[in-house]
Amino acid sequence: MLRLPEFEYAAPATVGEATRLMHERGGKAMLLAGGTDLIPSLKRRQYLPELVVSLHKVEAMRGVREADGRLVIGALTSLDAVAAHPAIRASWPALAKAAASIGTPQLRNQGTLGGNLLLDTRCTVYNQLEEWRDAGGSCMKSTGVKCHIVLGSKRCWAISSSDTAPVLAALGAELRLVRHGDERTVPVVAMYRDDGIDYLTLQPGEVLTEVLLPPVGKWDRSAFLKLRRRGTFDFPLLNVGAAVKFGADRIVERISVVLGAVGSAPQALDAQKFLGGKQIDDAVAVAALQAHAAKRATPLPNTDSSHVWRKRMVQVYTARALKELVA
Amino acid sequence: MKQMALALRVNGEEKPVLVSPSRTLLEVLREDLNLTGTKHGCELGECGACTVLVDGKPMLSCLLPAAQVEGAEITTIEALGGPSTPHPLQLEWARLGAAQCGYCTPGFVMSAKALLDSNPEPTREDIKAAIAGNLCRCTGYHKIVEAIENFARQRKADQAIDRSIDTTATAVRAVALEARG
Ligand SMILES: Cc1cc2nc3c(=O)[nH]c(=O)nc-3n(C[C@H](O)[C@H](O)[C@H](O)COP(=O)(O)OP(=O)(O)OC[C@H]3O[C@@H](n4cnc5c(N)ncnc54)[C@H](O)[C@@H]3O)c2cc1C
Ligand code: FES
Ligand code: FES
Repeated sequence: MLRLPEFEYAAPATVGEATRLMHERGGKAMLLAGGTDLIPSLKRRQYLPELVVSLHKVEAMRGVREADGRLVIGALTSLDAVAAHPAIRASWPALAKAAASIGTPQLRNQGTLGGNLLLDTRCTVYNQLEEWRDAGGSCMKSTGVKCHIVLGSKRCWAISSSDTAPVLAALGAELRLVRHGDERTVPVVAMYRDDGIDYLTLQPGEVLTEVLLPPVGKWDRSAFLKLRRRGTFDFPLLNVGAAVKFGADRIVERISVVLGAVGSAPQALDAQKFLGGKQIDDAVAVAALQAHAAKRATPLPNTDSSHVWRKRMVQVYTARALKELVA
Repeated sequence: MKQMALALRVNGEEKPVLVSPSRTLLEVLREDLNLTGTKHGCELGECGACTVLVDGKPMLSCLLPAAQVEGAEITTIEALGGPSTPHPLQLEWARLGAAQCGYCTPGFVMSAKALLDSNPEPTREDIKAAIAGNLCRCTGYHKIVEAIENFARQRKADQAIDRSIDTTATAVRAVALEARG
């Protein structure tokens, strides 16, 4: 059996108790939500926390509610519940589709929306058992100093692989973050850093409690597309979240397109610059956005399928996402 | 490391265990409770061999610290039936040869049970979606899908027969009462 490392365990019933525990233990404690990302990481000895703080008893962090015309999703809500929720499906089908595309039925019953947004970055070199990782000389995300993917690189290129992050970033959703004696709300895009090791702006000990969706009506349509090898289940090789608000004569008033899985952070494109004030199928503008998308994406040989092909797919999927916004 | 006393509920029975917090439900089931019907494959969430039901929902016991499911109703393959008392779904599985090496079978059957409990007449697409998290390296999946389909169809037919027996019985009773009265 592949065993977990030994750790102490706590299961507080309130956010306040969880943040207090995280504060007391400094960097030696880790939060556990559904565990579908953290437990495999611990089994691979990618982290060795002294204390694991399970959030599963914090009922206040579970479920979907409505406040001031916005849907608010508790960070502990399962992906299955997000995918099946009638109000989410009606107002933000792209989010429901993204949640439904994650992992397998079992993983969606266990995995949470918060855990998906804060998913560790991934790389074929890093996501291996300890012996395998060490055999080739540990990489910089592990205990070493080198990158085996981009030789001579000063930074780590592990991939941001969350399926909901690009959609929520495109929609302009916000995150409520609580830590001992402090609370803040940040836009989803501000949570990510384009660095495979230091990939989140989450503060030590901070708990993500809620995801605030934009007011219904902020966007006319939203879209989510995912490229993967197997239709049944797979991490994304590329995903796209997009949203649009049309003005008079179907002119694009506001548009937002975010690429995932082609960098260490979701990549928000300058879609407004290219398409704002134009028709969404304006051939020249679409071609310009495609070229811009390809420039922003940095697929590397650190996941499934050829990175050259994935780069081509960035252009294809950017155009398809725009089509989906009018379909 | 400090041990934890957990009051687990497995297949309708209270199962108190004393375990380290880093033990997964899979380890506790197989090694502490001797319920070895639940299999260990990848142990990293990718194969579904370790699928059990937690409050009726299929979950991966290899990714659940046992402490996280205290208070929940855990159902394993042993609750369905064993060699001497197989469940009709297991019989159909065997009849069709939907198990070859059989290692994946308990996980598949648990995913199928969760589906059939919530959706008694699943379409082929519903079945494929429900077993998408279970890998089988032997059968090629067709027989597995067929076994679930056949079971659902047979159960519906049996229920129809039961209903018609009920209706007939009621009618016979009514006639008998009338004759007596
Ligand atoms: C086989 C397999 C396939 C998968 N496929 C996909 C896929 O297709 N797409 C995809 O996006 N993901 C996929 N995943 C990854 C994972 O299942 C999901 O991302 C899931 O949503 C993670 O959520 P969780 O609740 O299980 O997170 P956990 O494992 O509990 O946590 C993940 C991280 O977030 C932190 N965290 C969790 N919740 C909070 C919180 N509220 N506040 C602060 N920190 C928190 C944890 O400390 C940890 O570092 C897959 C995983 C496996 C094993
Ligand atoms: S053993 Fe749990 S999913 Fe493979
Ligand atoms: S019967 Fe052998 S893995 Fe499925």
